[in-house]
Amino acid sequence: MAVAHPQATDTAASVTGRSRRTAILALTGPAYLWLALTIFLPLSAMLYYSFLSDVPIGDRTAVLTLENYAAFFEKEFYQTLMWRSFRLGFEVTFYCLVFGFPCAYVLAKTIRGRSREALFLLIILPFWSNALVRIFSWTMVLRGNGVLEHSLNWLIPEFGSLNLMFTYPAIILGLVHSYIPYMILTCYISIEAIDNGVIEAARSLGARRLSVLRRIIIPLAMPGIIAGSILIFVPVVGSFMEPRILGGRQGTFIGTIIEDQFTAVFNWPLGAALSFIMLALVLVVLAIMAPAIKRVT
Amino acid sequence: MQHGSNRLVRLGHVYLGIMLAFLYVPIFVMAAMSFNESNLYRLPITWSTRWYEALLHNDKLIDASINSLWVAVVTTVLATALGTASSLAFFRYEFRGKKLLQLLAFPPITIPWLIIGTAMLTFFFWIGMGRGLHAMVLGHVALAMPYVIIVVSARLKSFDLTLEEAARSLGASSWQVTMRITLPWIAPGVMAAALFAFAVSFDQFVISYFLSAPGVSTLPVEIYTSIRKGFTPEINAISTIVIGISMVLLLGVSRFYRFGGQR
Repeated sequence: MAVAHPQATDTAASVTGRSRRTAILALTGPAYLWLALTIFLPLSAMLYYSFLSDVPIGDRTAVLTLENYAAFFEKEFYQTLMWRSFRLGFEVTFYCLVFGFPCAYVLAKTIRGRSREALFLLIILPFWSNALVRIFSWTMVLRGNGVLEHSLNWLIPEFGSLNLMFTYPAIILGLVHSYIPYMILTCYISIEAIDNGVIEAARSLGARRLSVLRRIIIPLAMPGIIAGSILIFVPVVGSFMEPRILGGRQGTFIGTIIEDQFTAVFNWPLGAALSFIMLALVLVVLAIMAPAIKRVT
Repeated sequence: MQHGSNRLVRLGHVYLGIMLAFLYVPIFVMAAMSFNESNLYRLPITWSTRWYEALLHNDKLIDASINSLWVAVVTTVLATALGTASSLAFFRYEFRGKKLLQLLAFPPITIPWLIIGTAMLTFFFWIGMGRGLHAMVLGHVALAMPYVIIVVSARLKSFDLTLEEAARSLGASSWQVTMRITLPWIAPGVMAAALFAFAVSFDQFVISYFLSAPGVSTLPVEIYTSIRKGFTPEINAISTIVIGISMVLLLGVSRFYRFGGQR
């Protein structure tokens, strides 16, 4: 047909060229307009705020200044808390990997059929319950005279008392519990895709279990490990609700300081500056990991 | 050899069981405590349904739940429509800047919510729109859209574009092709995406927290406030109900969206 009427298809092509552009615009336009209004413009507005001396509301006058950023570099307090937040992010990510990866492996490689699907559902189910509620439940488990103390005393008579509330380990435990399903999920997806034949071939050629793990499974599962790590690290660095509830006075991090600037102290410019310093540092961490990310994608 | 590996597999299954128990401890504790008579969560448990009865008269929590539902439903409709449209464009067409657009959908996942939330608060205040449910809907849609794009795009991968071409060559308009051929095919993916969007919005705490106006909050925000003020087990009661509903919802998703890859 096309050969018989070359001219006809030419005009058709230019018409579809124009309608193609219209279609692309009509399909993606609304979504990206929305993102511009709710993500990109707000981030720009906050960047501007971070250079202001005061919140420009009512009759307050604000001038451009660098003092909000200077505050971070002058006061050791902020630097210590920023470091604490990043350490929290690294530690939680590390524990999620150490405990989540084996879980994903067992699920992906040793269980088949419907029971695997059911177990998979069971693992992501808690995820669909409210994060706050889960954190709040830990307070009932960890506090003195709580569920953990009672169960331990029941298992080991005369165990004594145990109060883990408002400690650093409590924060770690709550966060690992909240975020570990991400790691199990992403690792599971990449482990599931590994061809069993490759593993069997390596084994039959005499590779030890540990070297199969180190030289085949982990490298092939890297995309999942990295995706899971990013999904966990980013929100944990900015967490404030979990440290507040489980950490009490131990739970001061840069996230809680930023929250205070916006909800209690009303020093938005300082909060904005601290947010952007945090964001910059998160991007630095991701940039350091970038070679690894590139290699696997 | 075979023996050793069998033992390892069994060890693996035990480990999986322990992890599952760990994941479910707080949920069981939450549910059990909602039936505990004591308002100080005292152990051992004395069974009672008084907190569920108290819940019926707690207007604050009920209002917050209704707000949560309302925001989640509106978010689901908008995020699913916008996200599905974008996924269709990405699937059908190759164009300059496509990679960039795809990347731009992901900041809601890769920037801490704390920063997104405070940025929205700053901006909405600045342009005079202020806080409230409308602001929350704006924010929630942006958060939910990336998930919609991921899920719908995954479903589109299995769609054969020649089906669209065939329909078009038989004289169907673009609109007809989309409504009669493409959408019915990806419907399970769209359905799953909608449920994801609902879950993202209904559970969202951080963004809602910064965008809630005094007196107008959603369930998670109300729970946070109660926890900080010294809470009552009514929170447990409503959380237990919510968790129950969430689980039913997720089982619903699993009908449309096969989890865990190939069987």
